[in-house]
Amino acid sequence: MVGDKGWKKWLVISFFLLPNFIGFLVFIGIPILTSLGLSFTKWDLLSTPEFIGFDNYKGIIEDTEFWSALKNTLLFIIAYLPTVLIVALGIAMLLNKNMKGRAFFRAAYFIPVVSSWVAVSLIWKWLFNPAYGLVNYFLSWFGFVGPDWLQDPQWAMIAIVLTSVWKDTGFVMVLFLAGLQNISETYYEAAEIDGASPLKKFLHITIPLLTPTTFFILIISLINSFQVFDQVMIMTEGGPAGSTTVLVQKIYNHAFRYFEMGYASAVSWVLFLIIFIVTLIQNRLQKRWVDYEQ
Amino acid sequence: MNSDVTVVTKKQTTQPVISLNKRKWLKKIVFYTTISLGALIMIIPFLWMLSTSIKDQGETMTLPPQFIPETITFINYAQVAESFPILKFLFNSFFVAVTSTLGQLLLCSMAAYAFSRLHFKGRDTLFFIYLATLMVPMQVTMTPQFILMKYLGWLDTYQGLILPGLFNAFGTFLLRQFFLGIPKSLEEAAFIDGASHFRVFFQIILPLSKPALATLAIFSFMQSWNNFLWPLIIVSNQDLMTLPLGLSILQGRWATDWNLLMAGVVISVIPILAVYLFAQKYFIKGITLSGIK
Repeated sequence: MVGDKGWKKWLVISFFLLPNFIGFLVFIGIPILTSLGLSFTKWDLLSTPEFIGFDNYKGIIEDTEFWSALKNTLLFIIAYLPTVLIVALGIAMLLNKNMKGRAFFRAAYFIPVVSSWVAVSLIWKWLFNPAYGLVNYFLSWFGFVGPDWLQDPQWAMIAIVLTSVWKDTGFVMVLFLAGLQNISETYYEAAEIDGASPLKKFLHITIPLLTPTTFFILIISLINSFQVFDQVMIMTEGGPAGSTTVLVQKIYNHAFRYFEMGYASAVSWVLFLIIFIVTLIQNRLQKRWVDYEQ
Repeated sequence: MNSDVTVVTKKQTTQPVISLNKRKWLKKIVFYTTISLGALIMIIPFLWMLSTSIKDQGETMTLPPQFIPETITFINYAQVAESFPILKFLFNSFFVAVTSTLGQLLLCSMAAYAFSRLHFKGRDTLFFIYLATLMVPMQVTMTPQFILMKYLGWLDTYQGLILPGLFNAFGTFLLRQFFLGIPKSLEEAAFIDGASHFRVFFQIILPLSKPALATLAIFSFMQSWNNFLWPLIIVSNQDLMTLPLGLSILQGRWATDWNLLMAGVVISVIPILAVYLFAQKYFIKGITLSGIK
């Protein structure tokens, strides 16, 4: 650095870095280590923590509620991810054309994204109302009698997935739009000269050149959907009959309802491990399908 | 090759012009219908929210549902405001979102400056540790953070709401990437003229980084405004609740009074929508730049 020596240099570094670093240490670094430590203890916040080794982790394996929370989280992801990807890609393809009112449509699809999850959940809870909700009223036009969505264990998760797809479509769409705009027109022009059909152009140009974007979206959506919580908490609180209890709901219940800090920490580390492994696998697999040719 | 081309042109010319035009129109109609249906699905829930919020309770239970109520009433808003400190919720949301945004901008940009422009031993290792923590979900840190708040006596305080959110590595990472792209020669000239690091930071780096700062600002604001889990954990006093948390207790009280609930939801959605419509460009840019919710 120009002209800085010894203590003066460290003074400059401290000025810039220390405020952030201390906060980072206190609110992120130490809590991560504490949580790992706590996961080997039994602690109700009042008594002194009791070291119990791997008992929490053993407990998790035997905890049927944990497995059902994991199953529910996976069910959510399996239903949510492909749906949101396909719907958002479809809309992005449509909006990528030069058209009238593009700004309006973009804004419309984006409004749910900026609204809070709590607001969105409440609106949809009202829409899913079995007697006076719009969803069942709409279904009645076609002669269907809609279920009591949020009170029926068979439908509650589907309702949460639909709400989530509705809220996140605009977000994923914007990412896809950015990806589409990076594809050079020359590819399509060349294909046109060869007489390729729109379907062929989509399958052989758009899809391959969009794989980096898709990979990125998959990674962040997957990480986010393992942490699904707000909509569940507001719409069903994990019910009915535990049919929508997801992993984070389980962590929340143990930590802040039953005050089992050790057990909650252990579950949160299992959640981290799952996310970590899934991300690693995705990274490994990316070579097989992600096309960085551009 | 040559014959191929002639075949294609022949095909096109044999088709009557009118049918081509018709097909074009049909395509257009299908296209706009699809896209408008989609937009309707996005907007109707919000219109339904608005309409419910100006109905009396009896009218929320009519079949078929009515979009424009027979008697329009704003009494729901008054009643929500009377029974709940909803203006206080609004203020708390604003206060928390604005302070954490400003705080993050300052703290992250300073740290990013150190990580991109200053040289010291262990810098890159430290930065790698910062980055690694991004993989850890907030559920891992929330329990110890809650315990820390409890021992500091910060449950039900503004600092408890604001401070822990200021220090995630994302902002530092985003700004560092941007700072790295600013040419070194700019600051070298300033140093030769005798400028200090503070001047370079405030008068060269920050002004040049407006797009990145705007992106981070939008993100912190939106995240803080919509945050539910952290306030849920540490706030129990109504006077400190932010809007999402306030709404959730509204729902506890008025589980079936949808007109009142929706009035509350309208109050919470309008400000963030206004901010969005005002800064649309940055929202979209921010999302594409970082892709983090």
